Amino acid sequence: MMRPFSKRKVLFLLFGLLLATMAVAPFLGLKTMSLKSVMAGDADAVEQHIFYSMRLPRVLVSLLCGGALALGGMVFQAMFRNALATPFTLGVAGGATFGASIYIKLGLAFAVLGVPGVTLAAFLGALLSIVLVYGLTRASGTLSSHTMLLAGVALSFFFSSAVFFMQYLSDFAQSFQILRWLMGGLAVQGYTTVFDMLPITVGGTLVILYLTHDLNALTTGEEEAAGRGVNVTRTRTVLFFTVSFMVAAVVSACGPIGFVGMMAPHICRLLIGADHRHLTWASLLFGGIFLTWCDVLARMLIVPAEIPVGIITALLGGPFFIWLLISKRGGYGY
Amino acid sequence: MTDTCLAVSGLSISLDGKAVLKNVAFNVNRGEWISITGRNGAGKSTLLKCLMRILKMETGDVVLNGNPIALISQRSLARQVAYVPQATGRFSPFTVFEHVMLARYPHLRPFAAPSRRDRDIVMHNLAEAGLSELADRTVSTLSGGERQKVYLAQAFAQGADVLLLDEPNTFLDPKCAAEVLHLLKVANQDRGTTILSVTHDINSAAVISDRIMALKSGEVVFMGAPFEFMAPPVLSDVFSASFSFVSHPETGMPLVLPWRAS
Repeated sequence: MMRPFSKRKVLFLLFGLLLATMAVAPFLGLKTMSLKSVMAGDADAVEQHIFYSMRLPRVLVSLLCGGALALGGMVFQAMFRNALATPFTLGVAGGATFGASIYIKLGLAFAVLGVPGVTLAAFLGALLSIVLVYGLTRASGTLSSHTMLLAGVALSFFFSSAVFFMQYLSDFAQSFQILRWLMGGLAVQGYTTVFDMLPITVGGTLVILYLTHDLNALTTGEEEAAGRGVNVTRTRTVLFFTVSFMVAAVVSACGPIGFVGMMAPHICRLLIGADHRHLTWASLLFGGIFLTWCDVLARMLIVPAEIPVGIITALLGGPFFIWLLISKRGGYGY
Repeated sequence: MTDTCLAVSGLSISLDGKAVLKNVAFNVNRGEWISITGRNGAGKSTLLKCLMRILKMETGDVVLNGNPIALISQRSLARQVAYVPQATGRFSPFTVFEHVMLARYPHLRPFAAPSRRDRDIVMHNLAEAGLSELADRTVSTLSGGERQKVYLAQAFAQGADVLLLDEPNTFLDPKCAAEVLHLLKVANQDRGTTILSVTHDINSAAVISDRIMALKSGEVVFMGAPFEFMAPPVLSDVFSASFSFVSHPETGMPLVLPWRAS
C-alpha cells in the first residue's frame, strides 16, 4: 500500500485551512458579522466587543486546545501502538476531571508560578490516573497495551463515578455548574485562557518535536526502540508527564472534550503516514482546526442556544470509534 | 594477537525469580561470527537483550570496544551495536524507507532531519538487500521474507560494527533463508561486521560460523569450532536428544538430520 498524498501537500493544505479558519471562524456564531462591521471605525461597540473579547479568543483557545488534545492522542497511540489509546481511554482525562472537580467543589483559588490552581489540580488528577494505570498493568505481570487500555477504561469509570458522587453532594447550582463543565465548552471572556494555554501547547509541542525520533522508534516496539538507541524508560516518562500536563490544562480550560485526541491523529496518519516528524505538525493543525469548526457548529446549530462542544465531538467521535472497531484499524499497530 | 571487541564476564540475570543466565563469560573477536544455540528457554534471547541493555543484568560486566556498556549511553551503544529481535510479533506502520531510516536516529541530533548522507545510506542498504522497489510500501504489507530483509537492511544502515541477531532465518522458506544468510555473510566477510546470531538452525550455523556457543539452562556448556560442536556427545548434551549425521558434500562438515533414523 502506498500513501496517496505527499506529506508536503497535506501540511500546506492544513496550514492553509488554519489561516482560513482563523480568518472566517471568528465571524460566525449567533450573530454572523462582516469584516466591514468589525473593522469600521464607527462600528457598533457591542459587535466589536463580541468579536475581540469573545469570538477571537474563543477561536484561539479552541485551536490551542484542539491541537493539544490531538498531540496527546498521537503520543499515546504511538507509545501503545493502538489507535484506541488516547488520554480519554487511558483515564488521564478522567483523572484530570476528577482533580479539577475536587478543586471546584472545595472552592479553592490559588496559583503557583502563574499556573492556575485548577490546572495543577487537573494535572495531579491526570498524574494519579497515569500512575494507577501503569501500576495496575505492572501488577498484572505484563505491560501489554491491551491490559493498560482496560485498566484505563476501568479507571475512567471509577473517576466518573467519583465526579458523580461529588455532584450528588453538591447543591443544585454547583451540581449544574459541574454538569455543564463536564460537557465541555469553549466560551471564554478575554485572553486569560489563551495565555494560559499558549505556553502549555507550545511547550508540549516542543517536547514532542524534540522526541520525534524516539517516538518513531517506540512505534515499532520497546525492544526495537532500545536497539535504535532510545532510553525507553526516560522517553516514556517524559512523554507521559508532558501529555498529562497538556490534557490537564485543556480539561481545566474547557472541560473534558472527548474524541478529538482519537480522531485527529488517526485521520492524519491515514493522510500523511506514521512518521512523527510530519505527523506531529499535521495532528497539531488538524486537531485545532477540527475543534474550532466543531465549536462553530456548536454555536450555530440551534441558535439562539449553544450546544456544549463536547456533545458535538462525542456525536462525531462515537461513530468514528465504532468504525475503528469494525474496520479493525483500531487494534495492534494502529 | 586477536582483537577482542566484546568481552562478557560473570553475566547473571533472573526473570520472575528464575535464574535465566548464570555466570556467562565469553569473548568475541572483531569480525567474528558466533552462533548461539541451545534448547528453547536456555537463555539465548535473554543474553542478546542483556548485551543491548534491554534487560538489566544483575551481575557481570560487558565491555564493548574497551568501554563497559554500563557507562555509555543507549545512543552510543546503538551506534556500535545493532539488534534485530525475533521476527514474530514485530510490526511497523512505516514505509520500508521510513523503517530503515529509523536506524539513522542514533546518529541524528534531536529536531534534526535526516541528511542527504543518511538518505544515501538507507537507499544503498535497500539496494543491497534488493528492496529498492519496495521503498514506498508499508512494511506491514510485505511477506515474511521481505520483512526480514527490511529488518536486516535497517541493522546494516545503523552503521554498527556488531550485529546481534535473534533467529534471523526462522520461519523463512529455504530461498529466503539462503538470501538472508547471504546478506549476513557479505556483511561479515566483506565489511568485517562482527555477528552474534541466536539460531536453532545448527546446520547453517556449522557451515557459516567461526565459532558456536551453546547454552544449557543459562550456562555456557560449549564454546568452540563448528567441527567440534557437530559431534554426537556435544549435541546430545546440549539438546538432550540424539541425532543422525551426514557429511557436507563440499566441506565434509558433519550435518545433522532433524530426526534419528530408526
